[in-house]
Amino acid sequence: MPNTYQVISSVTVGSGGAANITFSSIPQTFTDLVVKLSGRSSRSAAVGEEFYLTFNGNTSSYSERQLRGDGSSVISQTFSGSSIQQLGQPGAGATANTFGNWEFYIPNYAGSNNKSISLDGVTENNATQSYTYLEAGLWSNSAAITSITISAGSYLAVEHSTAVLYGIKNS
Amino acid sequence: MAAGATYFPIATTTLGSATATVTFSSISGSYTDLVLVENGQSSTGGSYTRIRFNSDTGSNYSATYLYGNGTAAGSDRYSNMTFIPVAYVASVETNFNHNTIINIQNYSNSTTYKTVLARSNNAATATDAAVGLWRSTSAITSIEYYLNSGSWAIGSTFTLYGIEYA
Repeated sequence: MPNTYQVISSVTVGSGGAANITFSSIPQTFTDLVVKLSGRSSRSAAVGEEFYLTFNGNTSSYSERQLRGDGSSVISQTFSGSSIQQLGQPGAGATANTFGNWEFYIPNYAGSNNKSISLDGVTENNATQSYTYLEAGLWSNSAAITSITISAGSYLAVEHSTAVLYGIKNS
Repeated sequence: MAAGATYFPIATTTLGSATATVTFSSISGSYTDLVLVENGQSSTGGSYTRIRFNSDTGSNYSATYLYGNGTAAGSDRYSNMTFIPVAYVASVETNFNHNTIINIQNYSNSTTYKTVLARSNNAATATDAAVGLWRSTSAITSIEYYLNSGSWAIGSTFTLYGIEYA
């Protein structure tokens, strides 16, 4: 039987950090994509420092619907704009050596319909507040996804942040 | 999951015509877990997705939900259902904006009831997580996945994967 869950590429951020993690020239031979991200932001706060997800270098037509728990309450919010933007990570004020944990599942990434994304994440921290996220993401664009960029915005993904891109085939 | 892991496509379909129920039958018992991935939309007004096993239409299903629709978050529970209502918040209407990933653990054993963990998403309507239970010790050999009304639209895709632990 075929092995249909394969590593396409992986990135480990080195010393000094990185503003972006990019997967480019993504082969169109898979059915779905999965990104597994372990991240931490250089920004000062403890938790909820956003990373931003874009495709093909495009900065329009993104939207998301979020469910977030912080240890004492739960909220649901919507966002839209130039990226999928609510990918919270621990910041510089979080417990040392603590990284966020996210999975993005992108079905039919090479197809010609809009791209609907499932996103799950956590920002654990040894403190009163931390976050867990469930999110629905959408890129309202019919283009096949050929590149994925995870940005730390005006800050950096710190050293030891990692991201792995997997491809899944349905045959 | 590491490279080389055992994640196999059992069956896949891209609908060429509107279809009320997508059925995966004669599922081999040789895997450990199942994963069903859907990226679809309704052609005729259906909004909620449902799953049923082995054509069992008895009141043998239950489910608990956690959901957010962008303004409110909540949780609900249903018992003694004739199906597991997977996507709890109406979300399957347009533009293939909907996806669901359903994990079915230890599906082939003949000792325990079967549990389901599902994530359903539409950025225009809601995101939700559901856990479901089928109170049967039978191995799952068929899956019916359908809408509360109407049909899945042309172009909707469904793939069933099997995962082996060894």
